[in-house]
Amino acid sequence: MSISIHSISKTFGTYKALDDVSLEVPNGSLTALLGPSGSGKTTLLRIVAGLEFADDGPGKILFHGENVVSVPAGKRGVGFVFQHYALFRHMSVADNIAFGLTVLPRSKRPPKNEIRDRVHELLGLVKLDGLDKRRPHELSGGQRQRVALARALAIRPKVLLLDEPFGALDAKVRKDLRRWLRAFHDEIGLTTLFVTHDQEEALELADQVVVMRNSRIEQVGSPQEIYDRPRSPFVYEFLGNVNKLTSPDGAKRYVRPHEIEVVFAAEYDPVTDRIARIQHLFSAGPVATLSVRLDDGQFADVELSRKQLDDLGLSVGDEVAIRSRPEEV
Amino acid sequence: MSKRRVIPGFGLSLGFTVTWLSLIILIPLAALFLKAAGVGWDQWKTLLTDPRVLAATRLTFGVSAAAAAVSMVLGLLVTWVLVRYSFPGRRLLDAMVDLPFALPTAVAGITLTAIYGKSGWIGSRIAASAAWVRDTWQPGGWIGEQVKTWAEFGAAYSSFGIFIALTFIGFPFVVRTLQPVMEDLGKEIEEAAATLGAGRWTVFRRVVLPLFVPALITGFTLAFARAIGEYGSVIFISGNLPMKTEILPLLIVSQLEQFNYGAAAVIAAMMLIISFALLLVINLLQRRLDWQNR
Repeated sequence: MSISIHSISKTFGTYKALDDVSLEVPNGSLTALLGPSGSGKTTLLRIVAGLEFADDGPGKILFHGENVVSVPAGKRGVGFVFQHYALFRHMSVADNIAFGLTVLPRSKRPPKNEIRDRVHELLGLVKLDGLDKRRPHELSGGQRQRVALARALAIRPKVLLLDEPFGALDAKVRKDLRRWLRAFHDEIGLTTLFVTHDQEEALELADQVVVMRNSRIEQVGSPQEIYDRPRSPFVYEFLGNVNKLTSPDGAKRYVRPHEIEVVFAAEYDPVTDRIARIQHLFSAGPVATLSVRLDDGQFADVELSRKQLDDLGLSVGDEVAIRSRPEEV
Repeated sequence: MSKRRVIPGFGLSLGFTVTWLSLIILIPLAALFLKAAGVGWDQWKTLLTDPRVLAATRLTFGVSAAAAAVSMVLGLLVTWVLVRYSFPGRRLLDAMVDLPFALPTAVAGITLTAIYGKSGWIGSRIAASAAWVRDTWQPGGWIGEQVKTWAEFGAAYSSFGIFIALTFIGFPFVVRTLQPVMEDLGKEIEEAAATLGAGRWTVFRRVVLPLFVPALITGFTLAFARAIGEYGSVIFISGNLPMKTEILPLLIVSQLEQFNYGAAAVIAAMMLIISFALLLVINLLQRRLDWQNR
């Protein structure tokens, strides 16, 4: 089910958390709301969920064309996953997952055995078979988050909303769960909107990335578009390491560390190259990072493969020539 | 070699604790039991089967339990208001909750008697209503008896009066044990339940309330324990009618006034044993619940 957001604003006291935001989330997509804290991304997600209400005005939120602005959270048919799981700690895993079904009015509530079957089906889906009798405190962070996901899916939501779903997990689990969620989304194809402040996560996971800043949307596009053709210096800088260099003619240029090429100083070409001295060299892992000081005193980070580094045989203090394909913004 | 500890002073602090507990709790209690034991089996038997003692025992524990239970509900409501809503005067209200702790209980007793007694502001209305109920429906049995007393004395001089005093004394315990738990709850868990389609009442009953239960039981236990031993406020409002509104602590004091130290010790020992047994049971029950909630 597609989500259309039309000129939504939200004010907390005197603070404008969202300023006339509009966005299309295509049916079946996995869309990331990316931005620094305070950019309004979580507020937007909560408004879509019905946990927060937009300011009065022309603002509309359409689920498949139907305006849900005045529909309460419980009737919107959204699955919401919280950063800190928000599991019911006095209930077993199975009871947590079944909760959304057991609170249905009696006329719509499935019989007990059907609920049990659904719980087991969901446990299988999130790869937690056999843990139904555990309590949340007996699970790891990654398992808890998957229980929270299963609980949200139990009500067969029309859209899935995730608020920093991996925010409280450690790096390794985070990466695994991210890959898993991508595969999971491809499998069930549910329209999903998730909030993150981690650009790597957004770029890796999403079909569509929405970059937010200061209560507004800065840019919307596929990860590729956003990364290759950032529309503003902010997006450029937010999406990953970037060198901000001033050319001799005074123009500001942005260039990503991997877009810089390193050659021997002897191959210096005065038209395209700059002379630089290696200040620092970080080479644990497959990619080496050089910190270089240009001849005019500016600093830049350069990424190159370990193989290139070994072939060049560089060490701290060496002089090299760097050439780049700087992109102007 | 003794094991090294990161936090030093275990021996010293434990020694101090044991000494202190011995001086202020264990030795006086042991003396009490010693005194009670010296009385002799016959007098134990006479005292413990004395109808006046039995009536006072029933009254003390029964009304204390009822008052603690109502304190629990009242305390839950007050805490909810204090924690959940922000309104002018909230801090003031929060501070007022502690007043029953600070107020001399005799003052509380006299004030409550003045207000709830027959000529009191509230008591007169209770008396009038009770008189109307008595004349209209003429209820019989235990209720009829209560209604008759209320019509005659207002809420004072009856077990209802004792109940009011004990509720006044008890509910701050519930508020103060529940408050930190409620403040820690956070809104996410309720929001999660709401997005899953639960109505407000369902959220409260199935998600929020179960998380409060251990704290509520602790509050109940404290209020109950305090109510059993309460003396000052009760003796003013109860009227101290033997067999009717006489509580155990009063019985003990009246024995002491007649220099029956042995009898006083026996009643006190019995009271302690029952209290201890009840508190132990509640504690075990709570530990079970707490384990499930952790």
